[in-house]
Amino acid sequence: MTHPFLILKWLTEQLHLNIGEHVTYTWLVMAILIGVAFVVSRAITMVPSGMQNLMEAVVSGIDGLLEETMGEEGKAYFPLIATFALFILVSNLIALIPGFAPPTANVNTNAALALTVFVMTHAVGVKKHGASYLKHFMGPIWWLAPLIFIIEIIGHLARPLSLTLRLFGNMWGHEIVLMIFIALVPLIVPVPMMLMGVLVAFIQTFVFTLLAMIYIAGALEEAH
Amino acid sequence: MEFFAWCVMAAGLGMGLGSFGTGIGQGLAIKSAVEGVARNPGASGKILTTMMIGLAMIESLAIYVFVVAMIILFANPFTEEVVKLLVK
Repeated sequence: MTHPFLILKWLTEQLHLNIGEHVTYTWLVMAILIGVAFVVSRAITMVPSGMQNLMEAVVSGIDGLLEETMGEEGKAYFPLIATFALFILVSNLIALIPGFAPPTANVNTNAALALTVFVMTHAVGVKKHGASYLKHFMGPIWWLAPLIFIIEIIGHLARPLSLTLRLFGNMWGHEIVLMIFIALVPLIVPVPMMLMGVLVAFIQTFVFTLLAMIYIAGALEEAH
Repeated sequence: MEFFAWCVMAAGLGMGLGSFGTGIGQGLAIKSAVEGVARNPGASGKILTTMMIGLAMIESLAIYVFVVAMIILFANPFTEEVVKLLVK
């Protein structure tokens, strides 16, 4: 809707396939990530250079953030968190290329990501604490438990909703602002907005991964 | 047709009110964070992370308003019924 011309959408129309553009662009992002990972991991050298340097910086950056937020325990969740970070970052940044739509500007992609975080949080909690995971929802005082339980359930259900809508609203809102600016003044004026789009892409990736980490860390810690 | 005019007004006014409160909230959060960094530059990493989470939480209020405004403008659930009434 926001882009006048989308390459993959045009391609699927030529092939008479009925696939939404967020699905095809998700495939594209997956192909980019798998391709880069494959090419870089084929030729690992002791003294990194070029592409390997970049990927090592990215991986060690995410690793540092993970250890800072979740501690030693969080190391096990590195693959999940790093996948979120790389997927969302590439999806957000792809919007800056003409003819490419960000998959994260569609509520379905974001809902899938947020539900993964939701299910992972509770799976991790049950795996770690067993039945006593229920204590997380009970609050500190036993006679307040019925009240706290309802509030906690609502709070936990609001998490995937807010994760979804935050990413969706930011990316889609940015697309709409760009569209309006381009409709008003096509030259020069949208450029500062696009520059802000780079900032938004990085910050939203950071926020999503950070919140995913905090939710999982919250399920891991002992009930108070 | 008046219905759609009111819809546009509601979307605009809602977005304005939503970003008004969010702006004040984020301003206060950033004020405290900057003061904290000015007093103790060593803690800037931790403060930045915490501030980002807080800002994301505050920002989601404006994002909710934005989503509601977009629903009012582009995916209004009452459009069909109103159009039916107009045709009559």
